[in-house]
Amino acid sequence: MIQYTIRRIFLSIPVVFGILLVTFVLARSIPGDPCKAILGEKATVDVCERFTREHGLDKPIPVQFGIYMRDILSGDFGESIRFSRPVTTILIERLPLTIELGLIALVLSVVVGIPMGIISAVRRNSSVDVATMVGANIGVSMPVYWLGLMLAYVFALLLKDTPFWLPPSGRLSAGVVAVPFYEVWGLEVLPETLIFNFFEFFANMYILNSLITFDWEVFRDATKHMILPALALATIPLAIVARMTRSSMLEVLRQDYVRTARAKGVKERLVVLKHAFRNALLPIVTIIGLQLGTLFAGAVLTESIFGLAGVGRMLFEAITARDFPIVQAFTVVIAIGYVFANLLVDISYVFIDPRVRLD
Amino acid sequence: MSSVPELTPSKTDQDYSSNSLWRLTLRRIFRQRSAKIGGIILIFLVLVAIFAPVLAPFDPEQVLIGVEDVKKRESPCIHLLGCPEDRPQHIMGTDGNVRDVFSRVIYGSRVSLFIGFSTVGFAIIVGTVLGLLSGYFGGWSENVIMRSMDVLLAFPSLLLAIAIVSVLGPGLQNALLAIAIVSIPIYARVVRASVLSVKQQEFVSASRALGASDSRIMFVRILPNAFPPLVVQGTLGIAAAILSAAALSFLGLGAQPPTPEWGTMLGSERNQVFTAPHLVFIPGVAIMITVLAFNLLGDGLRDALDPRLSQEGE
Repeated sequence: MIQYTIRRIFLSIPVVFGILLVTFVLARSIPGDPCKAILGEKATVDVCERFTREHGLDKPIPVQFGIYMRDILSGDFGESIRFSRPVTTILIERLPLTIELGLIALVLSVVVGIPMGIISAVRRNSSVDVATMVGANIGVSMPVYWLGLMLAYVFALLLKDTPFWLPPSGRLSAGVVAVPFYEVWGLEVLPETLIFNFFEFFANMYILNSLITFDWEVFRDATKHMILPALALATIPLAIVARMTRSSMLEVLRQDYVRTARAKGVKERLVVLKHAFRNALLPIVTIIGLQLGTLFAGAVLTESIFGLAGVGRMLFEAITARDFPIVQAFTVVIAIGYVFANLLVDISYVFIDPRVRLD
Repeated sequence: MSSVPELTPSKTDQDYSSNSLWRLTLRRIFRQRSAKIGGIILIFLVLVAIFAPVLAPFDPEQVLIGVEDVKKRESPCIHLLGCPEDRPQHIMGTDGNVRDVFSRVIYGSRVSLFIGFSTVGFAIIVGTVLGLLSGYFGGWSENVIMRSMDVLLAFPSLLLAIAIVSVLGPGLQNALLAIAIVSIPIYARVVRASVLSVKQQEFVSASRALGASDSRIMFVRILPNAFPPLVVQGTLGIAAAILSAAALSFLGLGAQPPTPEWGTMLGSERNQVFTAPHLVFIPGVAIMITVLAFNLLGDGLRDALDPRLSQEGE
């Protein structure tokens, strides 16, 4: 098990290296002179020469790649051109929101999608099944941003002055402040230290932060703001999970051991949930792992619709503003996160299905 | 000796193109309800695209100021449904530049279908060649090709497409190229899997024994086995490509105004969702219907052509 995990991590290294290489090449090919982009159009030749020398941009490309690798391995992503602040700090501010949003959407799609798929499979060809599958087909065909805008229209405008009203943008209402948990708990941490960054990271997940500090007002407000974006983001993964659950369950329900279980008089609920579902889980988990990519891509669109300052929106803005330290860092973090999430999925196979041998 | 390799291939070729096989396959496809529905919607869309100049009451890029007495972002007006006769008829209203939305939606079907077919066509051609080479020759070429594909797959596809477009510069053509590049790995994998499954079979060995060249074995003997999964994947891929292209256009990286592209139309009016919701609603529905058609058709094709991957679990 441990051996397999270690070997898989080693096998991921070439892919991670490839990701770094592609990001490096892409960031270096973004048109425009980095000196002029950072110091402004009026930068003189002398100033630009010094800038180029200082940033190692006069060195051969392979050497530049080496410097870039060294910096990234030591956790130094450089400084944002637009904000003149360390990229790591920006990442700590922005990533928690995207993770929170993505997790809620993922949980929503799993918690709703799996039962829908199971019911569809068990009651095959019933009206519930047909409705679920029609819904799932429409769900995967919907543009995320369109759904987001429509949800905002319905819940923020049409349902205004009703209890169902939901805010169309932002993370918290005006006047509501999320106090970081370390301040509530009276922990003294020096800014800019590793511990501080670590604490900040979790404190920036407002829902989690308000939960652990029992601040129900912030919790309610933050959750309310998260419902629409999470719904929009969850639709496609939900539809895919429901479809995969249904087809995987149908496959398993035809197996002999299911018939045996029924024949020995096991209750139908147990047959479905214990005998069938457990064995149908493998493809479902695989597809859930693959949805992380959809979630990250969807985050770019959802965050820009709902005015959320997360990684997705930041990355998009950075690309259009040619802020390549941010582009590089964010792309690397997202891609590596994706690789490792799928690694976790592979490892989870052993726990889900003991028949899977990892060698 | 030379006559032997000539005879055998022609016989097999005939088998592939035989009428009964085609008819059988078609019958199997049309037995699928989802393929039928998807196919009908698609035929409708293709007809709309072909007859766009006849169906559209206005030029999609024509600004109607001075032509008619209409204001910008007017709500839909259909005379049959009680809209006053003195108001000019615009069944889907007008947009922020006082253009007829209905005409733009109709012409948009041309753009979307073109996007779908051209990107997937390009990706299939490149992916097929890469998949064939890596599956057939194996060794280092396989390693290099498939590991590069792994790297491409490691990026969420829309993000990679955004990054590529930012390097190439915004525009429909570059967006198409970006989407095509990020979808290559899927086709390379599909073709490689098919190659690996048949490469050791007797008919391939027989072909080789008869002196067929590597390229002939690859393209004439092995490749047809990859057609069913390629067609299925390609159809579903068109749906994905149309969605991605619309997303890029929505973000301002794809088709540029005044091109009547649904994603661009949605993107340029997104801030008006509270005041003129029809300008956001209509292009979105158009995208959804088109993508749905390809998804349904793809699902149906999969169930008909590739029972192993069936969603029905049969």
